[in-house]
Amino acid sequence: MTNQRASISRRSFLRSSTLAGGGMMISFSWLSELTLADKINVPGLPDQWNEINGYIKITPDNIIKILNPNPEFGQNVMTSLPMIVAEELDADWQQVVVEMGPHDSVKLGPQFTGGSNSTRMYWKPLREAGATARRMLMDAAAQTWNVPAEEVTTKEGNVYHEKSGRSGKYGDFASKASGLAIPKGVKLKDPNDFRIVRNSKKNVEGLKIVTGKPLFGLDYKHEGMLIAMIEHPPAIGMKLKTFDASQTLKMPGIKDVFTIKMFDEDFELGGFDTRTFNDLLVVVGNNTWEVMNARKKLVVQWEPAPERKEKTNNFGRKQDIIIPAGLESSESQYQKMQERAKEPATVLRKDGDPESAFKNAARIIERTYNGPFLAHNCMEPINFFAHVTNEKALLVGPLQAPGWTEPTLSKVLKLPPEKIEIQMTRMGGGFGRRAYGHYLVEAALISRYINAPIKLIYSREDDMTYGIYRPMYTATYRAALDANKNLIAFHVKGGGLPEHPIHANRFPAGSVDNYLAEGWEIPTNITIGAFRAPRSNFNAAAEQSFLDELAEEMGKDPIEFRLELLQRAKENPVGKNNEYDADRYAGVLKLVRDKSGWNKPENKKYNRGVAAYFCHNSYAAHVVDMVDRDEQPYVERVFSAIDCGIVVNPDAATNMVQGAVVDGIGNSLYGGLTHKDGVAQQNNFSRYRIIRFHEAPKKIEVHFVPNDIDPTGLGEPPFPPVFGAVSNALYKSTGKRFYSQPYANDMINKKAF
Amino acid sequence: MITLTINQKNYEVDVNPDMPLLWVLRDVIGLVGTKYGCGVAQCGACVVHLNGEAVRSCVTKVKRAQGGKITTIEGLSEKNDHPLQKAWIELDVPQCGYCQSGQLMSAAVLLRENPDPSDEDIDAAMAGNICRCGTYLRIRKAIHLAADMQRKVNRT
Repeated sequence: MTNQRASISRRSFLRSSTLAGGGMMISFSWLSELTLADKINVPGLPDQWNEINGYIKITPDNIIKILNPNPEFGQNVMTSLPMIVAEELDADWQQVVVEMGPHDSVKLGPQFTGGSNSTRMYWKPLREAGATARRMLMDAAAQTWNVPAEEVTTKEGNVYHEKSGRSGKYGDFASKASGLAIPKGVKLKDPNDFRIVRNSKKNVEGLKIVTGKPLFGLDYKHEGMLIAMIEHPPAIGMKLKTFDASQTLKMPGIKDVFTIKMFDEDFELGGFDTRTFNDLLVVVGNNTWEVMNARKKLVVQWEPAPERKEKTNNFGRKQDIIIPAGLESSESQYQKMQERAKEPATVLRKDGDPESAFKNAARIIERTYNGPFLAHNCMEPINFFAHVTNEKALLVGPLQAPGWTEPTLSKVLKLPPEKIEIQMTRMGGGFGRRAYGHYLVEAALISRYINAPIKLIYSREDDMTYGIYRPMYTATYRAALDANKNLIAFHVKGGGLPEHPIHANRFPAGSVDNYLAEGWEIPTNITIGAFRAPRSNFNAAAEQSFLDELAEEMGKDPIEFRLELLQRAKENPVGKNNEYDADRYAGVLKLVRDKSGWNKPENKKYNRGVAAYFCHNSYAAHVVDMVDRDEQPYVERVFSAIDCGIVVNPDAATNMVQGAVVDGIGNSLYGGLTHKDGVAQQNNFSRYRIIRFHEAPKKIEVHFVPNDIDPTGLGEPPFPPVFGAVSNALYKSTGKRFYSQPYANDMINKKAF
Repeated sequence: MITLTINQKNYEVDVNPDMPLLWVLRDVIGLVGTKYGCGVAQCGACVVHLNGEAVRSCVTKVKRAQGGKITTIEGLSEKNDHPLQKAWIELDVPQCGYCQSGQLMSAAVLLRENPDPSDEDIDAAMAGNICRCGTYLRIRKAIHLAADMQRKVNRT
């Protein structure tokens, strides 16, 4: 879906109107000029999205109000998206006020934070809206002053006519401008003339954050609001049998204990609908602590859940999925995967004649890599406010993809979408977890049942043990070398619970004559989902470790080896549909090589690991420098090179890359969610190890490839290659190769858990 | 009734004396700057000051706080100008921002006790505060910057 949408021409549709009290509002859309064929290619696109979906308001007192349509979870879109408008508008950034938009599928479009898409998706329409508003203000000034429009200039929120020495503020002309015809095809700025974009601007919510203002879903208050918590089964694969709430109901502050059913049996699940548990045992009370305490008094009998068939409709792709019964354990899952890996798999891509090449190889190198389920562990536990009546629904809280949850709510509540209002708060982390809006459905059903405004809160334990996780993956890589140690064939066969991780058309596909990619899958009842590029972060660990080992076997420098392959992929690409741009890929490797002083003698004291990866349209490479500290490998510094096109807000982008590096070090060394008989073995930070201060590097130096490519996304791309770079540095530190995450389990005698 | 002094203001609350201070602050009094992260003193999102010491309010029974002086993020400074708050903004530390109240409250005690902390001092003092977005490097830098600011103020 992402790729299809990216290919669409999105010339904006603009509308101007006069604000009550004077001033102008420019509203715009980015999907209005889709052809019918385009629309058919974009599954689940409501017609209304072709209309107006964003705005800029300019008031007579010269305040420029820009609506941020996309949910904010720390990627800084509250600041960077308005910067794009302000740039083309030639506004004074100090006069810009940013407002978080409510969910409005009619006016605000997809509003999806995920897939590293926020900036990429809004770049052009926001620029066009800003440029058009500026043009209209200039026209209004020209008419007022009775001078030729082409003699009018702007600077930082002011309009000038140099010849006559006249000038005015945008606000002075906003009302007049709102009555003018909207000019078409207004020229956008040359990126060389940017003065807001590419210049760091501070987080518009920074002061609120450091002073503890209510910003997050958990902070939201509503008159008469009760607190609800769900007592979910202790193990995935169990379901509610009976319960006795008599003691719970005697506890202070408790209003009710009841069960609700999430979806009807034949409910068709949308692409982001999940139900780890369908029968929910709910405790509602006055405040969080009372409810937490009262839950402990529940006497519940659970029983094994039977196998079930899920009807799914993933943006038009209908499929019945069997969710198996059973209490799964990580050890048996792992064994099952090893067995399955020996069986034939689906061929995802084949170039040349890999079978013959392997048969004739002088040497075959084969390595298998494993990765566990990973929990997102957002700092703000899952929560959502709901007030649902028979007539309407109000929902408020942290959510990445309101546009995908709303249709589900509409079906479950049997309310038309226009009667459902979703307000999005700032999110205390997301990482993909909050794209799955089951907790809105739960909150809405609880509110309707108890006929009161409620906030559903997950405890940390609920949050960590409920799912949703990065899938458990494995992949076996094989390389065939000829007698001269040339790489003549490459084979990857990957699988997972319940999906395989393979991106068949990514590097090194396209650079090797004989290439085979295969995938297999094993069903599971463990609920999985997006996790900061879930497949990519596994692949980047496995494939980039394998390439490192391969380079060593071939007697080549790991960076030069990759560059040779990329050179081949550029000059004489093998096969079709190679997803990546070999030049941009090579670009980040060269930049990180140069910036890290890769072969400089003074860096010999470091155990260095390198890795690069392409995902979500951008390119990232890291050099990780380890030292021994307290007899443990420690990542002391990291050099990062990123190509994500134009960097809108460089300091914030740097922050995000540094964060991705820390997250990658932490998850590769310590991350892992394991099960025993369906019971999550980690249920809080005491058992799920999260990277802490002393484990974070001293320095993370971030370099962006300077270019004028439209932004291609940054939330995910820097994260995956950290895994590979860490693994390769660990090899240099310990002399041991690392094949299974979390690496810390093999790094030290003591296990990470 | 339990009497609490929070940010130099007195509150009378009618709650179970065993209720953790965190939930009294958030659910009863309505000061939501102090965050719930884990409930078991593992993440530091709920750090407040009790008689000047950093405590984890999620495991601090409210009866322990009675008669004491409580400071929350809302009361860290009168004019939002604690050197740490200024440094946090100067270096644009937060990403999602959820853990930052707890980070600031932990850092404030560190900086009072040790006006010129080294990286190692910071790592040790802040070991109980998790940031899932990975802003640790910026927090370290911001603590150093705040220490500089504090020294300059003290000199003048």
